Amino acid sequence: MTLQEITGSAHNFEECMKCTVCTAYCPVVPVNPRYPGPKQAGPDGERLRLKNPEFFDEALKYCLNCKRCEVVCPSGVNVADIIQEARIRYSQSKPKLRDKILASTDTMGSLARPFAPVVNGVLSLGVTKAMMDGVLAVDKHRTFPKYSSESFEGWFKRKAKAAQDAFKEKVAYFHGCYVNYNYPQLGKDFVKVMNALGIGVELLDKEKCCGVAMISNGMSKAAAKNAAINSGAISKVVEKGLRVLTTSSTCTFTMRDEYPELLHIDNAAWKNSLLLATRFIYEAVDSGRKKLIFKDSYKARIAYHTPCHLEKLGWGVFSTRLLKMIPGVEFTLLDSACCGIAGTYGFKKENYEASQAIGKALFEDIASVAPDVVACDCETCKWQIEMSTGYKVMNPVSILAEALDTELTAEANRS
Amino acid sequence: MKFQTIIVGGGLAGLTAGLALQKKGISCAIISSGENALHFSSGTFSGDCPEETVRLFEEAGIVLKGDPAKDSWRLTPSGSMQKVRLAFEDVTLYPSEKINATNVLIANPEGFIDFPTAFIADGISQQGIPCKVKSFSLPCLKLLRESPSEMRSVGIAKKLDGCIEEVAECIKGLLDGEDLVILPQVFGLASPEPVRALRAAIPAEINFIGTMPPSVPGIRVQLQLKKAFERAGGTFLMGDTAIMAEIADGTVRFIRTKNLDSHILSADNYILASGTFFSKGLTSSMQKISEPLFGLDVECPEERTEWYSEDFFAPQPYMAAGVKTDKDLHPLRDGQPISNLYAAGSILAGKKNAGMALTSTFKVVKKIAL
Repeated sequence: MTLQEITGSAHNFEECMKCTVCTAYCPVVPVNPRYPGPKQAGPDGERLRLKNPEFFDEALKYCLNCKRCEVVCPSGVNVADIIQEARIRYSQSKPKLRDKILASTDTMGSLARPFAPVVNGVLSLGVTKAMMDGVLAVDKHRTFPKYSSESFEGWFKRKAKAAQDAFKEKVAYFHGCYVNYNYPQLGKDFVKVMNALGIGVELLDKEKCCGVAMISNGMSKAAAKNAAINSGAISKVVEKGLRVLTTSSTCTFTMRDEYPELLHIDNAAWKNSLLLATRFIYEAVDSGRKKLIFKDSYKARIAYHTPCHLEKLGWGVFSTRLLKMIPGVEFTLLDSACCGIAGTYGFKKENYEASQAIGKALFEDIASVAPDVVACDCETCKWQIEMSTGYKVMNPVSILAEALDTELTAEANRS
Repeated sequence: MKFQTIIVGGGLAGLTAGLALQKKGISCAIISSGENALHFSSGTFSGDCPEETVRLFEEAGIVLKGDPAKDSWRLTPSGSMQKVRLAFEDVTLYPSEKINATNVLIANPEGFIDFPTAFIADGISQQGIPCKVKSFSLPCLKLLRESPSEMRSVGIAKKLDGCIEEVAECIKGLLDGEDLVILPQVFGLASPEPVRALRAAIPAEINFIGTMPPSVPGIRVQLQLKKAFERAGGTFLMGDTAIMAEIADGTVRFIRTKNLDSHILSADNYILASGTFFSKGLTSSMQKISEPLFGLDVECPEERTEWYSEDFFAPQPYMAAGVKTDKDLHPLRDGQPISNLYAAGSILAGKKNAGMALTSTFKVVKKIAL
């Protein structure tokens, strides 16, 4: 055993040497003086909490869990994990009704979907927004993502499932709540691209929300329940030799890294088989296994925004290099900065101003580039950027679906 | 994933190499595990600096003062004078070991304890120049004080950069005939504009002096270099760590990183610019000092008792430890050079300073971009 292994501490907190670089890059500190900052909330506070849990500070709830502190830490301290674990372990505050509603993306989606036109209409009414603002403290500036009247799963069964049998090579798709209830089009684009690559798509037997919103809203027990179900379903297809792909950087990050670190669910058996679709596609093309043929007519000026959780995963490079393969694309990488929404955080009335202040630098960067479209692998960044800048935001998979000549691509991948 | 050059380390050497190569059309990836020593910078470079530095930095929007081949002097936070070559525009350089002023005001935001005003005042008094210390307060700093642990350089800069006109008025109000104002480096985090605006507004020279870390001008320069590198088409893998290198027949074949797990990164050439102990470019055990990624030959005293001097203030021999190379900066492994690997920056054995980091970097850039 090395000295390092003997002295190893939870989330590496003993490695902190107080350089304060984490706090310098924290997006919350400059906009919310009530937040003690990652160094104080993380490794510094942990020493005190280990002595006496009464040192726990409820202000840790202001942490976005964006993980930027971990990305910049020169000493490899998992600062945000320390903070989130402390919230799970010590927080006495119970989630409010509002928090439960925001975090229960699955339940809300299933309830709302059959009545989508009515629900969408009601949710967008000024009077509803005012009521939600007043009663539930969901900020009135926010527009709820629209619910789709047909779920992605419903569409898949009805329209796509049968055709998948024609493909020998298969992948499984973890679509997530957003694709299922709010934006099935992204799932449809994914199936289109995969099929063009000569790959069939199957869904998991059982899929629950990855649980990210539950973790951040103090509902870690419910999150662990979902995680166990997902872990079982993913294991089952991975045992068959399939990879599981997603189109959401946050779902991917949560299942790969937050399950073992925060929910203590062992995912070693499938962790490396769960991939963001852009990584899978890039690797298939880069290795020469698959070909992409693009329409000559496709032209776009694309600015890419790296979502915080993708920055932490370190996989943004797959999405950006994939987009740069498209001949008609003029590409700009936006400066890496948090958009401020952080999932459900920005929907809460008490966080609205901070949320917009955090995103300001990114919004200005986008305006100065003035692209045709902003590309991004995260659904909540999409809501925030579209609401705050007016620019259209697309997942790289949807951009591929638009730019690909699917017939020629399918032909090239047939042999 | 394939690049023409892969650089391990995103500090001064790594970023400078990446930017210089990318500008010459050579596709580069930089692997950077956490932020780097620029975050602890005093805003000055000492030691022989190559001429090219000034132009390359200027293209990234960074103004460097001074003569790369001739010493100037700076006033340090401990009040002493120190020889340097180049400085970020925040810092005032002097042609001799004496500041150029007849009457000095040191102004510090109230409650900011990471700036040793008494040391600086003492140093200036020893030069026989009258000097006063005053503190100032502004409404925009009030919110910051609600969180006492965050009254630090970067937090203050984020506030003050947004109200430079008020700061200028406030400092003008403190002036009483002084011709030099000394301020802590708590201005100009996102761009050098606030530094320039203050200089333009105040009828005296302003010298911005380093604070306790993090360094505001250091972070700004890091961000400017990174942005220039990325906008030139470079790939910056932030927060990732190179964990394994495959070497065969005296050449590096590929690198694996923590985040990209099974996905290998390969290139024609590799540059090791991973720094020393803090950034884990070098690691030490009870028995030896080693280079963990490539297993390179390390130059350092054999016996542990010779790693350090018992005089705390003397130069410590372990600080000169680093990798051995041939004359073309190819590092040695078991005595043999690795033909497509170069070492640059403080990982090289010997005396370390920014000049030496930049000189080795440009030497490597010239070899690769032949």
